[in-house]
Amino acid sequence: MINGEFIINTLSLGSLYALLALGLVFVYGILKLVNFAYGEYLMVAGYAMYVFGTFAQLPWYVTMVLAVLIAALTSYLTELVAFRPVRSKSLNAMLVTSFAVSVLLQNAAVLFVSPRSRAVPLPPAFNQSVTLLGVTSPLRNLLTIATAVVLLTALTLLMKYTVLGIAMRAAADKFTTTRLMGVPANLVISVAFIISGFLAGVVSIFWVGRSASVEPLIGFAPLLIAFIATVIGGMHSLLGAVVGGFVYGLLFNVLSIMLPASMINYRDAFMFVIVILFLLIRPEGLIRGGYTEERVG
Amino acid sequence: MSAKKSIFTAPAGRSTVLALIVLLIVGAVLVNTFAEFVWIGIYTYFCVTLMMVLGLQMFMGNSGILNWTYLGFVGIGAYASSILSTAPQLKSMGVPNMYPALVQLQMPVLPALIVGGLVAAAIAAIIAWPLMRLSDAVGVITLFATLIVIHVVMTQWDNVTNGPRTFFGVQAFTSIWVAAAAASLTLFAAHLFRESSLGLRLRASRDDRHAAMAVGVSVVAVRYFTFVLSSFVGGVGGGLWAHYITSFSPTSFYVVETFVLLTMLVIGGAGSISGATFGAVAITVMREGLRQLEGYLNNSGVINFEVYGLTEVMVAVLLITILIWRPDGIIGGREFTLSRFRRKRSPNQDPEAETA
Repeated sequence: MINGEFIINTLSLGSLYALLALGLVFVYGILKLVNFAYGEYLMVAGYAMYVFGTFAQLPWYVTMVLAVLIAALTSYLTELVAFRPVRSKSLNAMLVTSFAVSVLLQNAAVLFVSPRSRAVPLPPAFNQSVTLLGVTSPLRNLLTIATAVVLLTALTLLMKYTVLGIAMRAAADKFTTTRLMGVPANLVISVAFIISGFLAGVVSIFWVGRSASVEPLIGFAPLLIAFIATVIGGMHSLLGAVVGGFVYGLLFNVLSIMLPASMINYRDAFMFVIVILFLLIRPEGLIRGGYTEERVG
Repeated sequence: MSAKKSIFTAPAGRSTVLALIVLLIVGAVLVNTFAEFVWIGIYTYFCVTLMMVLGLQMFMGNSGILNWTYLGFVGIGAYASSILSTAPQLKSMGVPNMYPALVQLQMPVLPALIVGGLVAAAIAAIIAWPLMRLSDAVGVITLFATLIVIHVVMTQWDNVTNGPRTFFGVQAFTSIWVAAAAASLTLFAAHLFRESSLGLRLRASRDDRHAAMAVGVSVVAVRYFTFVLSSFVGGVGGGLWAHYITSFSPTSFYVVETFVLLTMLVIGGAGSISGATFGAVAITVMREGLRQLEGYLNNSGVINFEVYGLTEVMVAVLLITILIWRPDGIIGGREFTLSRFRRKRSPNQDPEAETA
């Protein structure tokens, strides 16, 4: 059961989920907002690939870059239009706003494209398999792992060694104090949303790559995965999100193998029961962040 | 708020709630007498929805916690009451895998509705205690996760719910009168609850958790009892809904419907009963109107593509606008009264300006 295939599978699933969870936590860390519209950034990127690939007939690498940029832009615009005006109001107002943004984007896709799914053109590399060290696996899985390694390294460098990164980490810890040090609140929050959308866009390439199609409700499943992963890993640290993503990937694969066939349909329920237990027994997650109960005012 | 209450010093908003009940019943009489058949259906549906919104208001409005799980309990009530009220032959036909013990059960609709509510309340009572300890973001995710767990169980447990397939053959019991009566009762119950000792303690815990604890309010306990009560109302509302719609599937108790109920509550103002009622009216009118428009656009061929999702887009835009403009809702956290309305015309005379 524990063979090379299982390990590569788990690693690639874990990498994908780690990036997904990281995008959610970037915004949560600073705004304390659980962004329900996060899955829709993924959907928007998927539709961008569909539109540019099918109608504009652009080469696949241009499509992908554009899709990621559009996801980041969408994330930034939602922050500007919807979240910034309600930021100083109650937490509930912000949560309901994110829910409304999610419904808005979903139904905009239904209205302007179609309620049915659309095929997304993908590069041939996504369907090939390679044999590495005696293990055959889809090239897509290896690409996911490579992307995650590159992105996680880049983000670590950004957060550790640039002024912007240090400001963002400080803001996630003590927002008011950070503002007193002269860090502009809007800038930090906007950057958090842009990074969040960027990560959603990157994940979208691989997520859409699995089914080669996109539909208005495609963002819901990744949103749930990001929820679970962040809760398991810890909502107060970026490292926690990454760890949570990998643990989720492992748990998911293990449950898929271990559960008897009659129970496999309850897998989601099991995952969420684990989430609830985690929140009740160890609400800070696997990785404990700093003490942060403060919200943006 | 006066500490000592008698029938002569009714709490603020009592007259508003009574006026709303009268309006609701007069509306039912008028619609039933003069309007077309379609409108009777819409009004019945509105009354059932209003009952659900008020059940949600009981917990969410008074505790300040977003209750994502609510539709799960509505669904439990719907399934429980439908299983109890439907004839055994119909059940064995419609739900082939149902447990034999459940197939045999049958009772009249009215007790079935109450039992449906009790089942929802019982399940809430079992799972809610630990959940009520959580606030803020963690609480949101937990309650949302609970909704998903309930949904997964509903779609998979086909020995009870017929799985993801439609459960059909439920009696059409909910007439306009039943719905209006239920909504009126709930209006009054929600008002009594809001002004009761439990309601006051819960609102205190919403406004300042630590101050409430300091004066001896057990925050978890008041949240817990209200959650169970709210789930009971939701369960009965779900039962009424099921006995109006007569066939349904688990998708009716999930995220989309949660959004509709939340929108109704937030637009009017979750903190007050008049706000919840106003929101239910406004969103019902808006949704029905936009749906007519969608149907017209699709059938008339004015534009050359089919329009879907317009209703939801407009409702979402309205909700975001309201949240930016008035985050406490149009009516706000206090009950709408005529004197308050008049006072608003001349500013600087409001003795207890809203501080929340």
